[in-house]
Amino acid sequence: MAEIPIIDIKGVSKVFKLQDQTIQALSDASITIRKGEFICLIGASGCGKSTLLRIMAGFERPSSGEALMWGKPIEEPEPSRGMVFQDYALFPWLSVRDNIGFGPVARGLPTAEVKAIVDKFIELVGLQKFATAYPHQLSGGMKQRVAIARVLANDAELVLMDEPFGALDAMTRERLQDELLEIWQRTGLTVVFVTHSVEEAIFLAGRVVVMTPGPGRIESDNALDLPRPRDVSSPEFNDIRRVLGAKLHSHHGKKAA
Amino acid sequence: MPLLLLAFWQVATTQQWTRLIPTPAQVGETMVDFAWGGIYDDAYSATLVTHLLASMSRVYGGFALAALFALPIGLLIGRIPAARMLLDPFLQLMRPIPVTAWLPLSMILFGLGARSAFALVCLGAFYPILLNTVFGVRAVDPKLFEAAAMLGCKGNAQFFKVVLPAAVPSIFTGLRLGLGLAWFVIVVGEMTGVPEGLGAVIMDGRTLSRTELVICGMIVIGVAGYLSDRVVVAVGNRLLRWSPANHG
Repeated sequence: MAEIPIIDIKGVSKVFKLQDQTIQALSDASITIRKGEFICLIGASGCGKSTLLRIMAGFERPSSGEALMWGKPIEEPEPSRGMVFQDYALFPWLSVRDNIGFGPVARGLPTAEVKAIVDKFIELVGLQKFATAYPHQLSGGMKQRVAIARVLANDAELVLMDEPFGALDAMTRERLQDELLEIWQRTGLTVVFVTHSVEEAIFLAGRVVVMTPGPGRIESDNALDLPRPRDVSSPEFNDIRRVLGAKLHSHHGKKAA
Repeated sequence: MPLLLLAFWQVATTQQWTRLIPTPAQVGETMVDFAWGGIYDDAYSATLVTHLLASMSRVYGGFALAALFALPIGLLIGRIPAARMLLDPFLQLMRPIPVTAWLPLSMILFGLGARSAFALVCLGAFYPILLNTVFGVRAVDPKLFEAAAMLGCKGNAQFFKVVLPAAVPSIFTGLRLGLGLAWFVIVVGEMTGVPEGLGAVIMDGRTLSRTELVICGMIVIGVAGYLSDRVVVAVGNRLLRWSPANHG
């Protein structure tokens, strides 16, 4: 028998009811994620990629099908699955230190241990100088570093990222992509990363899952074996970009036909 | 701007445009007498501190009582749908009634005197505190609840770790408005026949046609209200250093 995957999504559908309307956000999605993988979910808006991520986090329950972590149903949010939101969702009344320490404190760890954990992760994301700053005093890139550190400080095995770099400028985005890859390679985390940028997906992921809207479903699951660090201007990179771009837009063709 | 106003006042009164309003110098003189005595030596000489303390005790007492009720009720209404359904319609119905309209009823219920003033101040400060607390609790970004839940802080623990801190700026705005209104209402409250208090001084001044005393009362209330607001703002800025919107 094969090893148990960290995440196993089996035929999951999600229907939202808005007043009288029902919206099928996700239709019969299946995906298996092994420990240590870096997966990108990519697709146009309305393709259900964020819904799928939120189901993995435990923020939403599937309408039908099964969402499992280590073979057990995902029922509610847990520290083992950390989410990094696009708009950071830091606690504005807490300093950088206290934001990172929020999880360890909530779990009731002793003060000394919390301090050690916070020190470690503040250093990991290079924010020692801003330890006592409040979120509103930080740039977008720094806020997202705090959000990442906050999740890692809480012993997350699986990091779920919902377009985390979407609101950042290009330079900051590239730096954070590099830093994220470095952290991932160093720690052996499992990362599920939602984006709408094909380039970002190819740069980061070991597997790119292409999703299409109306109703949201998984179009294809593409393993990438480009060597790292990846060169965004190489011909191989461009070939993949072309193929994935075509898949991403495949539903347009179907609708027209 | 205040200097311009003062100049206009000086000109208007010395040119005898109206005889009913005293000159700034007269008011100044009365103020000195009101505060320290030694000029007119009448019933109001050197009584400023007495009146001010009487008013302050009602303002802060009524305000504190209002906060004592409004904060927990506001938190309940904001957080628990059942409490909202139960309490909100009633409170919303009572809200448009101006505090001044309560005056006769308050005199019947609490009698003529200090208790009535106290009750009106309390009522006046209640709604701003309540409404801002409800708003603060309800306006918490839902993402913060999700963030707290995934970090292992769930259910009731979120109340102290998320709801309360997130609502503090709004609660503070409510307290500030409430205290401002308490100073506002005190004059009305002290019209109910209390012997001491700045509102009583103003009413007596009117009855006795001592306009300069009325103006003195107004100035003292203005300054006292302003200073107490500054204190609240200073405390707020210290407590809310994290909030970019809160630097008044």
